[in-house]
Amino acid sequence: MLAYIVRRLLWMVVLLLAISTITFVIFFVLPSDDPALRRAGSRASPERVEAVRRQLGLDKPVIALPWKDSQMRRYYDDLFLHGDLGRSYTNNAEVKDLITTRLPTTIQLAVGAMVVWLLIAFPVGILSALKRRSLADRAVMGVTLIAISAPVFWLGLVALYLFDETLGRFPLLPGVDSYVPFKDDPAQWFQSLLLPWFVLAASFAAIYARLLRSNLLEVMNEDYIRTARAKGLRERQVVMKHEVRSAVTPVVTILGIDLGVLLGGAILTESVFNIPGIGRLAYNAISRGDLPTIQGTVLFAAFFIIVLNLLVDIAYSFLDPRVRY
Amino acid sequence: MSASEPLLSVRDLRVHFQTDDGLVKAVDGISYDVMPGGALGIVGESGSGKSVSSLTVMGLTRFPNARISGQVLFEGRDLLTASNEELRKIRGNDIAMIFQDPLSSLHPFYKVGTQLVEAIRAHTEVPKRAARVRATELLALVDIPEPARRIDDYPHEFSGGMRQRVMIAMALANDPRLLIADEPTTALDVTVQAQILALIRRLQDELDTAVVMITHDLGVIAETVDDVAVMYAGRVVERAPVQTIFSAPEHPYTWGLLRSIPRMDLPRALDLVPIPGRPPSLINLPSGCSFHPRCPYVRERHRKVDPPLDAVPGDPGHRVACLLEPQTRRKLWRELQAGQAPAEARAAVEREGEPA
Repeated sequence: MLAYIVRRLLWMVVLLLAISTITFVIFFVLPSDDPALRRAGSRASPERVEAVRRQLGLDKPVIALPWKDSQMRRYYDDLFLHGDLGRSYTNNAEVKDLITTRLPTTIQLAVGAMVVWLLIAFPVGILSALKRRSLADRAVMGVTLIAISAPVFWLGLVALYLFDETLGRFPLLPGVDSYVPFKDDPAQWFQSLLLPWFVLAASFAAIYARLLRSNLLEVMNEDYIRTARAKGLRERQVVMKHEVRSAVTPVVTILGIDLGVLLGGAILTESVFNIPGIGRLAYNAISRGDLPTIQGTVLFAAFFIIVLNLLVDIAYSFLDPRVRY
Repeated sequence: MSASEPLLSVRDLRVHFQTDDGLVKAVDGISYDVMPGGALGIVGESGSGKSVSSLTVMGLTRFPNARISGQVLFEGRDLLTASNEELRKIRGNDIAMIFQDPLSSLHPFYKVGTQLVEAIRAHTEVPKRAARVRATELLALVDIPEPARRIDDYPHEFSGGMRQRVMIAMALANDPRLLIADEPTTALDVTVQAQILALIRRLQDELDTAVVMITHDLGVIAETVDDVAVMYAGRVVERAPVQTIFSAPEHPYTWGLLRSIPRMDLPRALDLVPIPGRPPSLINLPSGCSFHPRCPYVRERHRKVDPPLDAVPGDPGHRVACLLEPQTRRKLWRELQAGQAPAEARAAVEREGEPA
């Protein structure tokens, strides 16, 4: 088990290296603004722009030889030797600081949404499976299709149109720009995240409910479920202890992947509600050609996905005793 | 209850399933009795309704599309009209069941001890610790070595035979009065099969549990049961004490079953003869005798008349559903025993002149 984890962690380093290389290459291959020009400001003199260019190291060749002078070499040195993600081209702030100040917000958004979608998906999935082919089952499964198909930015706008306390039809909850950090005002923090949590959770809740339902329907035909009934267990025990226990295992897999993706930033939700998280940071960095920040957010996103995948695999060996590493 | 009253009495049981393809008559009017401590074998091919009838006894076929009629009297109580909760209290407590594939029949994620404790505590209010002690005893009872250690193993850590022992231990957890064994040895190696059958027989004697043994293998019932019901297409076509089934079977289907298994008491040179054709569709049953399309001795009349399960002349304990004349049947069986193929037997009997 330990050897397995160490092996996976080594692979993670390889993967992150590959990912950062790809991001780096894509940035220079695709046309973008001149970062030096942007950094120096629109009214700067050509000399000033050149000075900025030298300062950022953008005058050096990107990948070409000599290797030791290239931008890529400098990037790798900073990242892997000093753990330095560099400074933003836009405001000279440390990318590391930019990310760490925004990370808690993104974690709160992602984990909160996950709690919401699990709280919805479990009862809905289980009841739908138990009442399969009933009117209620068909109705709920129809609603889940809508929730899956609705784009999250549209759903966010609809939610704001309906519930935003200043412009909504039913002014109930704080909407855009209402986010305050937890430590400043917990009650306000909670309220401000309610709409984003539900909007972000909607499609996941639907996908998980459907997944759980179909897993359960499959498990229900297993011989060991027949055994559980033949033992004279109460129906409740048969469902919760025997059926659901088997049906959640595949759910854990996609849960790990989904959470990993969201921790890398829920770009659309954060943008609609103007929540200062990793997703918004990445979005702004991309639109401004801010390579160090792009690199930083991409690496973080990749890191979360890889780590959560590893956690899923470890969790699997606890969930299914037949799995051994 | 007096010893002469049956423990389980199934009366004209019908289990039909409404499906998209039509009405499946899985069980179509069967009756049998099991005496306290007695053993009944139900024999038939897959799809003959033998499993469905037993699952129905346990109340495990109460699906929305099932139509169940008749009576299932257990100690005088009709289980078909019992509520789900009443049935639950009987399942695993008074009537227990073991299944064909012991691996898929045990939950892969729970230790066998957990599953045993669960079975005990489903019917008896005992602390977990006490139930665990009992679970260890049960594993010892079914001859699992080192039960105190194996109790914390998962099903996949047991061999096939050991898993079936665990299933048996679980079935015996609450001292049931009736054990239904649905093809308990089919998924096991031949050597292990004999051990499991010996175990069931031993427990039956020691614990005085009545047994219903469901199988397609006549070899399995030979030494485990007192009476045999042969099922074909949802009906019982022959019922007799086990010795009679082997010595004087009356139904051509039973002959077919006997001729398709190797026997020590018949000439070695005798070829095994498979029954031609396939079991009929339970949606469109053949007219008349449902065995007629596969019967080598079929007469024109048999395609129209549905044979009742009647007593064999001179033996009230032996019943058969066959339209052939009793004398003809006896002659045919004599020819078959002498090693004739079915067609030869038929020709020989017809040469002798058959009563109309």
